[in-house]
Amino acid sequence: MANALINAPKTARRGDTIEIKALILHPMETGFRPGTNGTIIPRNIIEKFSARWNGEEIFAMSFSPAIAANPFVSFFTVARESGRVDFLWTGDQDFRVTESVIITVT
Amino acid sequence: MAERRSFLLGAAAVVLLPFDSARATPEALADLIREVTGGKELRVGRVKLDVPPLIENGNTVPLTVSVESPMTDADYVKTIHVLNEKNPQPHVFSASLTPRNGRAQVGTRIKLADTQKVVAIAETSRGEFWTASAEVIVTIAACIEDVN
Amino acid sequence: MKRPGFGLTLVLVFAASFAAAQGGGDKRRTGYQDMSAALQQMADDETSNPGLLFVKAGEVLWKQPAGKANKACADCHGAVDTSMKGVAARYPAIPKDADKPVDLEGRINLCRTGQQQAEALKPESEDLLALDAYVTHASRSLPIAPPADPRLARVRELGKALFTRREGQLNLSCANCHDDNAGKKLAGATIPQGHPTAYPVYRSEWQTLGSLKRRLRNCVIGMRAEAYAYDSAEYLALEVYLMDRAKGLKIESPGIRP
Repeated sequence: MANALINAPKTARRGDTIEIKALILHPMETGFRPGTNGTIIPRNIIEKFSARWNGEEIFAMSFSPAIAANPFVSFFTVARESGRVDFLWTGDQDFRVTESVIITVT
Repeated sequence: MAERRSFLLGAAAVVLLPFDSARATPEALADLIREVTGGKELRVGRVKLDVPPLIENGNTVPLTVSVESPMTDADYVKTIHVLNEKNPQPHVFSASLTPRNGRAQVGTRIKLADTQKVVAIAETSRGEFWTASAEVIVTIAACIEDVN
Repeated sequence: MKRPGFGLTLVLVFAASFAAAQGGGDKRRTGYQDMSAALQQMADDETSNPGLLFVKAGEVLWKQPAGKANKACADCHGAVDTSMKGVAARYPAIPKDADKPVDLEGRINLCRTGQQQAEALKPESEDLLALDAYVTHASRSLPIAPPADPRLARVRELGKALFTRREGQLNLSCANCHDDNAGKKLAGATIPQGHPTAYPVYRSEWQTLGSLKRRLRNCVIGMRAEAYAYDSAEYLALEVYLMDRAKGLKIESPGIRP
């Protein structure tokens, strides 16, 4: 199942501050909840989210279990040059998902 | 997200309480605040914490932190932390920013185990710490599903 | 992405549409109207609504060949914007050459097993919810319009009978809450009238998307009654009755609820 959704403008003017929104499918199981048999469901969370614009890190965020399931993140960045923004989510159980968008700067 | 800010402004203004001393907060939160600030002075202001004053289910609580900052090489917000008082762990998230962000604002959705205080702290490149906090009332769902 | 007032405009559009749906003394309300502004905004903003993750996944599945026939939904139906517009607003319905009604998920599975010669997707599986969400999204903001098929009358009557029948250890009927006491408080929550406008819905309680049947099952368990099987005639009859009861209200899937 495709599992990440990025909302970013396809084009921007140089120097504009643009908003980027990222959603990903993930249970963010806290590790504090008991399952049906009474034992704790093991923790399974995303620990880190980052965004790189043409390779340069423009935003990073570390998550604790208190981030809601199917994490949503919105942030801003200044559009400097056309290129690709790469998003990376990593976490427990070797979770690793990448997604990217192309933004044309005029 | 300007529209959301103005939308919530009236409601949020009512519950935005000045950050009191660490005395009013549980030990773990106070410890974490000391760890984040390295014991430096924590000043109320510049940070705006938008979170609904009341939410019907604590599993999904939208939250936006914005900080007044020029976001220039000389003066920018380096980190935005969000912490809480009554979840099993006091840390919620930490976001790293640079002047490249243009605007010091982060939005996400968090979990709150109970009615409690949420604290946002911004660390600037000049080594200052600014904060805002808000009380969120989490109501209890009447009909919850059994676990499978 | 500077769009001042965009979210607010959407909120106003929704508010206006609900006001319109209620015109002429219509006392019907949806759960949307009773939830907090924060959740309403999450539902309206398609760039942050988590249900859109499923809509996007559904789009991928729609175009992906499946089964022994190696056919994709899109091979027969083309683009959902045109072929599926309004379809979710009409289901449950009786498909051609059939004598029993199916809901939209049931219809998707008939295509799976018949046209694609693939296995039926399991109830509440991510794939079934994704396809359901994608097809239903093509009817977003359209009014619920059950078909005039006379064969559905009997099913609707069964649904109504189930809705008003007391059951379970609490000896409650659906109607006790959702007709007789809707709008009042049960603990901290406002009791909704129970209109299925938001399904499949992203429910905060579930922390994921779920079908109307999952919600019905949830209510049955709440009444301390024995839940029906997902493919039971009972849930289907309730769905037929509820869609008729919500006739004219606008589809808001993927909705958000607490």
